[in-house]
Formats: sequence, structure tokens, C-alpha cells
Amino acid sequence: MDFSVLTDQFASLTFDGIALGFIYVLIALGYTMVYGVLRLINFANSEVFMLGSFATILVSTKIFNYTIESDPITGFKLVYTLLAMLLGSMIVSGLVSVLIEIVAYRRLRSRTSNRLTSLISAIGVSIVLTEGVRIATSSAPMGSPRLLDKITLVTIWGADIRLDTLLVIVFAIILLITLDLFVNKSRLGKGIRAVSMDYDTSRLMGINLNKVISTTFLIGGLGTGAAAFFYITVYEMTRFSIGFELGLAAFTAAVLGGIGNIRGAFAGGIALGLIEMYASAVLGTQWRSITAFVILILVLLFKPNGIFGESLQQARV
Amino acid sequence: MSINLRDSGATLWANANKWQRYLIAGAVILAVFALPLLEGTFLNTPSTPFEMVLFYPIGVYVLMALGLNVVVGKSGLLDLGYVAFYAVGAYTAGILSMHTKLNTWEILPIGIALAMLSGLVLGAAVLRLRGDYLAIVTLGFGEIIRITALNTSAVGGANGITNIPNPPTTFGLKFDLDHPRSFYWIVLILIILTILVIRGLSVRRPGRAWESIRQDEDVAELMGVNTYKYKLWAFIFGASVGGAAGVLFASKAMFIAPNIFSYNVSILILAFVVFGGMGNIWGVVVGAVLLSYIPEKIRFISDARMLIFGLVLIIMMNLRPDGLLPRKKREKIGVAGEKSK
Repeated sequence: MDFSVLTDQFASLTFDGIALGFIYVLIALGYTMVYGVLRLINFANSEVFMLGSFATILVSTKIFNYTIESDPITGFKLVYTLLAMLLGSMIVSGLVSVLIEIVAYRRLRSRTSNRLTSLISAIGVSIVLTEGVRIATSSAPMGSPRLLDKITLVTIWGADIRLDTLLVIVFAIILLITLDLFVNKSRLGKGIRAVSMDYDTSRLMGINLNKVISTTFLIGGLGTGAAAFFYITVYEMTRFSIGFELGLAAFTAAVLGGIGNIRGAFAGGIALGLIEMYASAVLGTQWRSITAFVILILVLLFKPNGIFGESLQQARV
Repeated sequence: MSINLRDSGATLWANANKWQRYLIAGAVILAVFALPLLEGTFLNTPSTPFEMVLFYPIGVYVLMALGLNVVVGKSGLLDLGYVAFYAVGAYTAGILSMHTKLNTWEILPIGIALAMLSGLVLGAAVLRLRGDYLAIVTLGFGEIIRITALNTSAVGGANGITNIPNPPTTFGLKFDLDHPRSFYWIVLILIILTILVIRGLSVRRPGRAWESIRQDEDVAELMGVNTYKYKLWAFIFGASVGGAAGVLFASKAMFIAPNIFSYNVSILILAFVVFGGMGNIWGVVVGAVLLSYIPEKIRFISDARMLIFGLVLIIMMNLRPDGLLPRKKREKIGVAGEKSK
């Protein structure tokens, strides 16, 4: 136990923790929105993240022909390259997410009310995707060219505000505001809220369930894809098994805030990012994931529905 | 599908009288005990001898699937960290053999007791949670056990524990690398015991309580079922079976390491339970046997075998959403006195 690390680097850890937290928040959307609509743990979402991270790197290496040795680029070129990587990751993740719903869940939804069946089907999809990528990459990790120079912009209270982490925070906030507007203001967003309030009644009211559910999976996938891009920008490395680690943390974040609740996922993600950063500074990185679980168990013991409680509509009234 | 294996099996059993039943059961048990003799036939597995495959993965996984079935299939509690109890059993065997002179048969009850204790502690804390929260917390518990083992140098850290002794020679049966069938017979005895206990409980008070909790917990509570108590019992029972499997595995493998007890094992066992047909003992057994045997059999395409495993899960769940041999829609419960009629 070394608390001096925590006090010395508090501002720095906080900043990194918030950036990590935003990545968790975006992945958690893929769990929490699907849970809100279908009351189903979307296990394959971690693999959506994994594919997104590969897509991000492949866009930069295959389309723009950068290699690991490439020097960082600047100016307009940097902006459109990064945007292309972000879009590539989001599109791949969004499409995969929608496909997963069609392959793994849609048929089962009409045939059985047993949610465990869908869970096993999702686990099957997860295994197929992980193993497929493992075979395709020969289990080797894939590094990303550093296109964005990680310069320190300013130093506040001893914390280096780096360009890449700042980018994550700014972009994630923009995406989350867009999402919040979409869910609260648009027609389809209203459909999503209706279905998450009452599945059967919303069907009686003439809501096109398949359309709403596909949209939910698409949004979840887009968020997860964006998270994959941010993750690559900061950590610059991926491998076939990455989905498990990040997916589990994001799912924990969703439950921590109250699963099915978008704003809860936001709070849970940021809280988890901070906790993990502080804990790894004090206890060492090897205990990082344990701290997350211990906190989760403690929170659930006292607030059995998460910090903000379940369900999408509660956050809105 | 027109062929209904479960019903034809059940009809055969229902129409048999007492002696015919003993005959059927005896024949089946004898046939299963004789399975190692089929070494070298079409059942052979390419890279590991068939006799070894019979113990691990098949035997150990069937045992664990039966234990998890009580928790997930019978009581409807989604446990994603079942591997924790397996790890507790295995590490008990490892630690005790390091520091004491106890043999496997003396360690077995201690391992089971410790697994039950961890089931009690975890269950007491989290069983007030519902459904998906329970899932993530149990998952977290499994990871906590694994990461603690990984970071504790007293239990070998990432290297694990080596040189765990094999069980001593018992009743003339040798337990070592050259006699894998003895291990198979021991795990088979445990499997049969577990099946008998589950069958016994199913038609008595705990079984009825579990069934009512699975169908509707609120109604069960209103009807006076002490749901918390019976959920806890289901958890502890499942834990004891997992612990036993862990002790046996450690004594056979002679080596354990944290990465053996990853979350994937919990998922695999859960897949066996759901694939076979939740709540139905025979479905679970068939599911576990098939799904642990097939990857061994197709090792020649070793790289893609888990990929195929995943595909099988998706296709099967879409074709038979309730599993291979699902339980009957209206299962007769509370017919303990049927035999005496």
C-alpha cells in the first residue's frame, strides 16, 4: 500500500481515470440500451468492441498505408485520417451489432421466453468472433501507428493534459449529448423509451418492434465502435482477447450505475474509470479489476438496483 | 422434430415395474462403467487417449454441469462464476498436499466443505439480488478468486502449484498416469451419487421450493416458501459439487494454475446446462458429454474447434431453444410416494 503515489499524482490519475471512464461509458451503452429494451445481457458486445479496435487500426494501415514506424502527422491530414478511423470503427461495430441481433436474438425472441437461451446464443456468437479473429491474426497482438502526437498541452496541478486523452473526453461528451438528444427528442428515440417501459404494450400501440430493436443495437454498436477508436488512440494496441477485459469492465460500469439506465451508465463508467486508476496506483495494477468487483458487490449490497436504479424512464421523470 | 427421446425414455421408465427398473438402471450403469474398454474403437480421440478424455474433460464437466444445473436449471439463479468453487476445491487439494500429509480421500471432504463455505458466504451476501445483478456479481466473484490466486505468491502465483500427489492405491485400484480409468470410475461414482441426491431432492421439499422459485419468486414467497433459505441451499449444493470436481481434477492433473480457472470455464459449464436442457438431469448429462467430447474428437482441426463449438451453440439454440432434452412443460413434482403405490 503506497498512498503517497495517490496524493502525489492525484490530478494526473483523475484525468486519466476520466478518460478511461468515458471509454467505459461508450461501451456500456451497448449493454445498457439493449438491456433496457430487451432485458437481455448483450454478451457479444465485447466482441463488437474487439472488431471495432481492429477496424480502427486496419483503416489506418490498409487504406491510408501507414505503418507502425510512420511518424505522427499534423494539420488537416491528421483530422481527416482520424475521422476516417473513427467512422470506420463505428460503421463496422454498428453493422456487426445489428447483424448479431439478427443472427443470435431475433429468431429466439419470437420462439421462447427463456432469456438464458438468448444468452447462450450470444455466448456462441462471442466465441465464434473471438476465435475467428484469433485464427486470422494467429493470436498476435496488433499495434497501431501513432498518428496523433501525444503532446502535453498544459499542466494543471501537476497533471499533464495530453492531447489524446483530451480528445477522448471532448469527443465522448459530444457523442453522449447527441445520443441523449436522440433518445429524448426523436421519434425513434421515443420508440426506444416506449419499448423499454413496456415491451408488450408498445407493440399493441403499433410500434415497429424490430425497427426499434435494430436501432438500439445500431446505437449500442456505434458507441462501442467509438470507444474502440478512443481506446486505440490512447493505448495503441489490440488483440483478439481484448473484448473480454474491456467488456467486463463496461458491463460492471453499467450495473454499477443501474443497468438499463443511460445516465446511470454514464455515472457508473466515470466512477469505475476513476476507481480503477486510483486502485492501481495504490495497490498495483494486478489488483485493478478486483477492486472494481469488490466495489460493485458493496454497492449492490446497499443499493440493489445500482446507484441510479434500473430502467430508462426513471432517469427522465 | 418427431423423435422425442425424452418422452420415449420416460415412458419406458414409467411402464417398467420395480425389478425392470433395477435391471435397466443396472445395465446402464454397467455399460457406462465399461466405457474405458472401448479404447481403440471408433470413439477414439486423436491426441489424448480415450480413457483420459473420459475423466477430463467429460467426467469432470458432467459432474460440474450437474452441480450448476441445480443452481441455474432448477432454481433459475444465473451463476456466471461457478468456476470459483471448482478453483476452491482444486486449491484446497493443492495447498493441503503442500503443507500436510493428507491423501486425496481425506482432502476431498475438506475441499467440499470449503467450497460449501465459500458458497454460503457468497450466497448470503448476494442472493437478495435478482437475475442479472446476480449474474455479474457471481462473475465478479469467480474473477476475484482467480486474480487473488494469481497474485498470491504463497500459492505459486501465475505458476500455480505443482507436484500435487495422485490418490493412494485403494481397493487394488492404482491411481497414476498409467491408470486413467481408475480416475474415471471415481468421478463416475460421484456423478451417480450426485444424480441420486438431485433426484431425491427434486421430489421433496427443497426440489418443490426450487421449482416454485424458478417459476415465480414473488408467488413462492407469498405461498410461504422461505425463498432466501432455499436459494442459499441450491447455491451451497452446487458449490459442494464444484468443489468435489476441483479436488479430483487437481489430484489427477497433479498441477494447477490460475489460468485453468478462467471465466471461460463457467461459461462452458453454463453452455452445457442450457444446451442439454435446463433442469432436466439427463439433458444436462447428454449436453455435457456431447459438448466436451466433440472438441476432443475434432482436434485434427484443432485451431478451429472452438470456432465450431461456438457455431454449434448458435445453431442448436436456434433449432431447439429449450435445449436438446428439455424438461417437460408441466413437470410432475411432489410424487415422492409414486413408487409405493
